Amino acid sequence: MAVRVQAEDFDVGQELAALTRGNHAIGGLAVFVGLVRDLAGGSEISAMTLEHYPAMTEKMLAEIEAEAQARWPLEASLVIHRYGRLEPGDQIVMVAAASAHRQAAFEACEFLMDWLKTKAPFWKLEETEEGAQWVDARDSDDTAAARWVKKDPDAAE
Amino acid sequence: MKLLYFAWLKTKTGRSEEDVTPPEGVATVGALLDWLEGRGPEFADALSDRGAIRVAVNQSYAKPADPVGPNDEVALFPPVTGG
Repeated sequence: MAVRVQAEDFDVGQELAALTRGNHAIGGLAVFVGLVRDLAGGSEISAMTLEHYPAMTEKMLAEIEAEAQARWPLEASLVIHRYGRLEPGDQIVMVAAASAHRQAAFEACEFLMDWLKTKAPFWKLEETEEGAQWVDARDSDDTAAARWVKKDPDAAE
Repeated sequence: MKLLYFAWLKTKTGRSEEDVTPPEGVATVGALLDWLEGRGPEFADALSDRGAIRVAVNQSYAKPADPVGPNDEVALFPPVTGG
């Protein structure tokens, strides 16, 4: 059960090993890793800078993780999100959820990402040939997050 | 009251944070945005599309009717794009 916001890169293998070490109740571990792409909306991206609101970021991520814990029987979970300047191919985010069985692990992992994308205060500034541009939020991210609201109306915003 | 601006709200208003003392009648998030909008052309421009503005009071998301007071930290930012 941990949330980290950091500029440094992370080692997925090491993180997963540390997350599950010694806990033999875990039968399923789902992980998502987000990477920087080199294309967005047809423009080539040379780099991006992730800005965030430090005081709120950790608080929101902890709330999101607590919500996942409340909804699924998780044995362990982890959210790591980077900030600062990143280049194509770099890791941005990692989410992992571990449970006795795969369904809770898969669902919780997806939930964590969907809610993180619409609630955690990060903003991407992309560097393209036309200059630096703030990325617009996508309706598809709101749609992805909204499907989890139906499961538990009390948990919505 | 402490105000924080992020992403293009920071670019458009030309500031990342400031301390302000709004008039006494400004007691909600909505009223605060109305007051800010009248502070100058850069604020009128930045706040013209209210649907594109998210507000957090003391690091929690807030709606237009939610209260704000002198000791609050109020952050203004566009919809988030992390992950």
